[in-house]
Amino acid sequence: MACFIVPALEAAAVTVLKKIIEKKEAKAVQVPTPSNGAELAVEKIPFSRKLGWLTNLLWGGSALLAFEHVWHGEVVPWFPFLTAVQEGPEAVSDMLGEMATAGVTMAVLVTVVWFGLVVVSSVFEKRVRHAAEAAK
Amino acid sequence: MTLLITVFAALAATAIWYCSEPARRLRIGFLSLMFWGASLMWLVDAVFEYAELHEKFFTPAAPDMLNDAYLGVSVVALGLVIWLVTVLVKDPNGVVKAALFGKKANL
Repeated sequence: MACFIVPALEAAAVTVLKKIIEKKEAKAVQVPTPSNGAELAVEKIPFSRKLGWLTNLLWGGSALLAFEHVWHGEVVPWFPFLTAVQEGPEAVSDMLGEMATAGVTMAVLVTVVWFGLVVVSSVFEKRVRHAAEAAK
Repeated sequence: MTLLITVFAALAATAIWYCSEPARRLRIGFLSLMFWGASLMWLVDAVFEYAELHEKFFTPAAPDMLNDAYLGVSVVALGLVIWLVTVLVKDPNGVVKAALFGKKANL
């Protein structure tokens, strides 16, 4: 009915967070300290880039799911946009129920998969760093 | 059917991302993540549907299957259009700028 709204809301929140972290990282790169100098910064994947993977998963998935809802006539291009709202309180209750169950599960599953990606990329980062240190 | 078609699109995009450097420059990773995101969301949808329908979930009526396949192909087409618009706007190889301003592209 409108389950894609939950991951879309998460996507919006993560996009704002990503922008804030990007600004902080840009400042940090401008003033490299001797202990964590330029060489290490190159090997480490910025966290904002990792958040970018999550925003792509969430925005992309939500957009394609929104299209599916338009296909099934659950979302319309005129106010109030959701046909459940036009149908009455019972349909709205069903819609909210679906958002709370399927919508939240979608957002959680995508986030868990992204977390797995981050863990795997961290393992690769460590391997590259160890290989670089061994070569010195 | 929609889930299956989107998963195959995600697999194809990921394989191309892994094998091709020019494709990586054209942001194929974005397309791959978009299809994976949709696949995960439809997987959740499928699990909820299975919980409701049980074994009937695996034996859909032919018109429903055809409609779902049609939707799946449309979803892949929409994903490709979104990706193409992103590539043209970000213009990683400078092709659009070269075409507009008569400069040489970074191919």
